[in-house]
Amino acid sequence: MMRQAVAGDDETYHRLLRQVTPVLRAAARRGLARAGQPADQSEDIVQEILLAVHLKRHTWDVTAPFAPWLFAIARNKLIDALRRRGRRIFVNIDDFAETLADEPAAPKVSAAEVDAQLQTLPQRQRDVLQSIAVEASSIKQTAARFAMTEGAVRVALHRALSSLTAKLREQ
Amino acid sequence: MRMETDQLIRTLVADNAQRVLPVGIILLLALMAATPVSTAMLLLGLGVRPDVMLAMRNPFFDLKFVVTMALAISAATVSLHLSRPEASLQGWGWLLIAPIVVVSGGIVSEMMLPQRLPMLARLVGHNSLLCMSAIPVLSLPILAAAMIGLRHGAPARPAAAGAIAGLLSAGAAATLYASHCTDDSPLFVATWYTIAAGIVAGLGALIGKRVLRY
Repeated sequence: MMRQAVAGDDETYHRLLRQVTPVLRAAARRGLARAGQPADQSEDIVQEILLAVHLKRHTWDVTAPFAPWLFAIARNKLIDALRRRGRRIFVNIDDFAETLADEPAAPKVSAAEVDAQLQTLPQRQRDVLQSIAVEASSIKQTAARFAMTEGAVRVALHRALSSLTAKLREQ
Repeated sequence: MRMETDQLIRTLVADNAQRVLPVGIILLLALMAATPVSTAMLLLGLGVRPDVMLAMRNPFFDLKFVVTMALAISAATVSLHLSRPEASLQGWGWLLIAPIVVVSGGIVSEMMLPQRLPMLARLVGHNSLLCMSAIPVLSLPILAAAMIGLRHGAPARPAAAGAIAGLLSAGAAATLYASHCTDDSPLFVATWYTIAAGIVAGLGALIGKRVLRY
C-alpha cells in the first residue's frame, strides 16, 4: 500500500494514513499513560507522527517492510513529546502558585499544541492550510481564491507543513 | 484555527505530489559542492608537498590515501544507512573497521622492512600538530555538507549519525591533507590521523544532536 502511496496514488495514501491513525493513537495513549500524563493529549502526538511520516516518507525503502519504519518514527516522536512534557511540567511548577488563583484551567482541545503552533505560521501559509485542511478545498480552488498559481499553493502548503513540524520539535 | 486529525490527513494527501529527492542523492550533491572548497583551502593554505611525484612511488605514501578513503567511504555508507528512522549501527558498524584493517596491515609490513628511523621517531613524525589541526579545519565544509544531506533523512540517533558524518568528513579531509603531509609512516597515520578523526567525530556528534533531529 505504501509503495503505491509514495508512487503518487493519493487515494491509497489517504486510506493508508487513515488506517494507521488509530494504531498511532493507541500507542500515544499508552505512552502517555505510562508516563503518568493525561491521555487526552494524544492527538497532538498523533498529528506530529503523521507529519513526520509524511515529510520523511522518502526515507522508507520500498523494498523494506513498512511497519518497522512506521513504528520507529512513532516511537521517536512519542519519546520526544513525553520528554518535552516532562520538561514543561517541571518549568510550570514555578509559576503555578501565581496563576492558580485567578486563571481557570485551559479547556482541553483535541490537538492544542498543533493548534497553537498553527497560529504562528505566516499569514499566507495559514490561509492555504485553512483552505485545504479545514475547508476541504482543492489545490486548484485554493489557487483561484487567493489569486496564486497552483505551484505557489503547493509550495506554500509544503512549507507550512515543514515549518509546523519544525516549530513543534523546537517548542 | 484548529485542525482535526482527519483534516490534517487530507492536507498531507494534498501535499503528496511534493517530492523530495532520496537522502543519498542530496548527500552526494552536497559533498560534491563542499569538496572543492576544502581542496581550495588545502591548495591555498598548505599546498601539496613539493616532492609529491617522487613520494607517489613510496607505497606508504599511497597507503595513506587508501586508509583515508576507506574511512570516508565506509563512514559515508554507514551514515547513509543511519539516516533511516528504523536503522541502527548493528550489522553496519563493522564497515568502519575497514580503515583500521588497512592501517594495521601497513604497520605490520613497515615493521618487516628495514627502516632508517627508529619506531618512535616515525610515530612522532615531523608535524603532528599541523596534522591534528589541519584535518579538522579542512573537514569543516565537508561536515557542513554532510549535515545538510543527512538532515533530509530521519536518523533515529542524531548524535551517532552526526559522529559518523564527522568520520566521513575527517576521512575526506585527511585524503586531501595526506598530499601535503610528509609523514608517511603508518604508525604516524594510525596515531595522529586517528586523533584528528576523533576530534571531528566528536564535533559531528555535538552538531548532529542538535540539527539531525527530525
